[in-house]
Amino acid sequence: MGKKLLLKNDHISGIQSYEVYRQNGGYASVEKALKTMTPEAVVEEVKKSGLRGRGGAGFPCGMKWSFLAKPEGVARYLVCNADESEPGTFKDRYLMERIPHLLIEGMITASYALGCSNSYIYIRGEYFYVSRILENAIAEAYANGWLGKNIQGTNYSLDLHVQVGAGAYICGEETALLESLEGKRGNPRIKPPFPAIAGLYGCPTVVNNVETIAAVVPIVNEGGDEYAKIGIGKSTGTKLISASGHINKPGVYEIEMGLPVEEFIYSEEYCGGIKGGRKLKAVVAGGSSVPILPANLILKTAAGEPRLMSYESLADGGFATGTMLGSGGFIVMDESTSIVKNLWNFSRFYHHESCGQCSPCREGTGWMEKVLHKILDGHGTIEDIDLLWDIQSKIEGKTICPLGDAAAWPVASAIRHFRSEFEEYVKQPKSIQDVKHYYRLQEAKF
Amino acid sequence: MTNGKEIKFSDDSLALVQRMMKRYPEGKQKSALIPVLHIAQAEFDGWLSGPVMEYVASVLNILPVEVFETASFYSMFNLKPVGKCVIEVCRTSSCWLVGAEDVISHLEKKLNIKVGQTTSDGMFTLKSVECLGSCGTAPMMQVGADYYENLTLDKVDTLVEKFRSEGKRKSYTDKAEPRKL
Ligand SMILES: Cc1cc2nc3c(=O)[nH]c(=O)nc-3n(C[C@H](O)[C@H](O)[C@H](O)COP(=O)(O)O)c2cc1C
Ligand code: FES
Repeated sequence: MGKKLLLKNDHISGIQSYEVYRQNGGYASVEKALKTMTPEAVVEEVKKSGLRGRGGAGFPCGMKWSFLAKPEGVARYLVCNADESEPGTFKDRYLMERIPHLLIEGMITASYALGCSNSYIYIRGEYFYVSRILENAIAEAYANGWLGKNIQGTNYSLDLHVQVGAGAYICGEETALLESLEGKRGNPRIKPPFPAIAGLYGCPTVVNNVETIAAVVPIVNEGGDEYAKIGIGKSTGTKLISASGHINKPGVYEIEMGLPVEEFIYSEEYCGGIKGGRKLKAVVAGGSSVPILPANLILKTAAGEPRLMSYESLADGGFATGTMLGSGGFIVMDESTSIVKNLWNFSRFYHHESCGQCSPCREGTGWMEKVLHKILDGHGTIEDIDLLWDIQSKIEGKTICPLGDAAAWPVASAIRHFRSEFEEYVKQPKSIQDVKHYYRLQEAKF
Repeated sequence: MTNGKEIKFSDDSLALVQRMMKRYPEGKQKSALIPVLHIAQAEFDGWLSGPVMEYVASVLNILPVEVFETASFYSMFNLKPVGKCVIEVCRTSSCWLVGAEDVISHLEKKLNIKVGQTTSDGMFTLKSVECLGSCGTAPMMQVGADYYENLTLDKVDTLVEKFRSEGKRKSYTDKAEPRKL
């Protein structure tokens, strides 16, 4: 069994409550940081740990923290990104629902390290009931002297708030999130300036994913060096993987970085193999945005090495033969899956979720959805496949935020690895009746 | 006016809104807009009418157009009347792979409406939505604050009957049913 850091106590009954959490070593990282470490020392431990952002991009957390501007007399903010809306990803909800105090503890320790006196957890609106769980945990933390004025008798004071969103994938993008937190539409900002210089209310801000913040707790408790011993190469520590699709045991699994993909899919400890004993066809390994890989390439790299669950191994071969760890949303598809239809589902998603600021994304996502629908509907031509390729190539890298890339990559990778399937639809139009039904589902906005 | 009632938050809601506005630095009370719109939607029949948005603007001391600008961006805000129970079925990949389409067409037949429509008795509105972060317990749907996971068509039937017999309006801000973890 791999080492667990975040979910090691999630089976303990009552761990949601303050008392049980505290009895099991909870809030030790706050005590240690506030009473024995300077804020800079905490940042140093996080740097040593090699922790990389768990929200999708994998940017080194300690480095991000050290970029935070510290002008005299200006407030700094830590904002936790609990928007979790990348399709296939549900680990943050799992963590917040089961061990809410772990996130609260991480927020306090991280806020101390960054010198913030007001911090926010921005959570997607659909997770309203989870926001209640967090608010409860925060109230318990206040009542026990972990939040508010002079935490545990030290000079450090912090207020922590939960803010709900209202349904918009784009608000997971950090600058859109900040706009939304300011009460506006979730339109991503042009960068630079980066949030580290001008973020929430124009003040220096760090945005971190739920899992990143939670990982600060074991890092401070056990030390950055200990954390860095877990995992493989530059992929240190553990990662929460959300496993879904055609597998026997969907769910959230904490894995040690470096676990072979094959073991993850087939062992009883994790996904338990493909449902109904069918064959594996493809995997989207890191949430809907990352390139889809066919079975042979997800299990082994192009060089024939076993593919591992790590930033580097999943990316091995670049986009030609590799993919990305992303948010760890691991969607498994068996041999019965239509790649073209699934791609249409993704493209509809990105079209629906484009904020509409940038023309390539606003228009291009709609065109891709339409062309895919035409192909599925039996009216496609070979030229349409090339057209799709052309459209995606003209979105990638040409938008304010990476939603454009996220919409382009699934299209490019599906054509790259499964072109023959697209051709089949074109050459032998199997009119798929229910697509007509499904297409209609893009109802008008209420 | 909605349904002849004066548009005004209840005392409890108003107190909550005022507490919320204090979470942000001086002059940044617009930050409370989204949470306040959730409260307004729950309190004023499940949707945000023009007058309701104007009222919210007056409470937060911002322009009505700022409220509309924000409200119209987010999928959870209804700018048209909806049924008491808005059934939101996830239609994205992980759910789709394991039968979301069947759940949606079953509901369409059962309620005798299409996605996007409301039943004639005003009880149900059926929506299909994007990934709700419940992909490992797919297919799934959300009604008010509650997530209903690992759906089967039988389970859907039971739930619809339950909602119908309760006859209550469901809001995101409701207290959620206890969940087995
Ligand atoms: C379209 C889009 C959606 C995103 N959604 C999320 C999300 O739901 N949760 C998240 O933590 N990060 C999301 N991100 C990444 C954030 O912009 C940001 O990089 C992240 O919150 C930083 O935290 P980390 O360094 O701890 O990963 C998204 C990015 C993009 C472009
Ligand atoms: S795909 Fe349906 S909840 Fe994620």
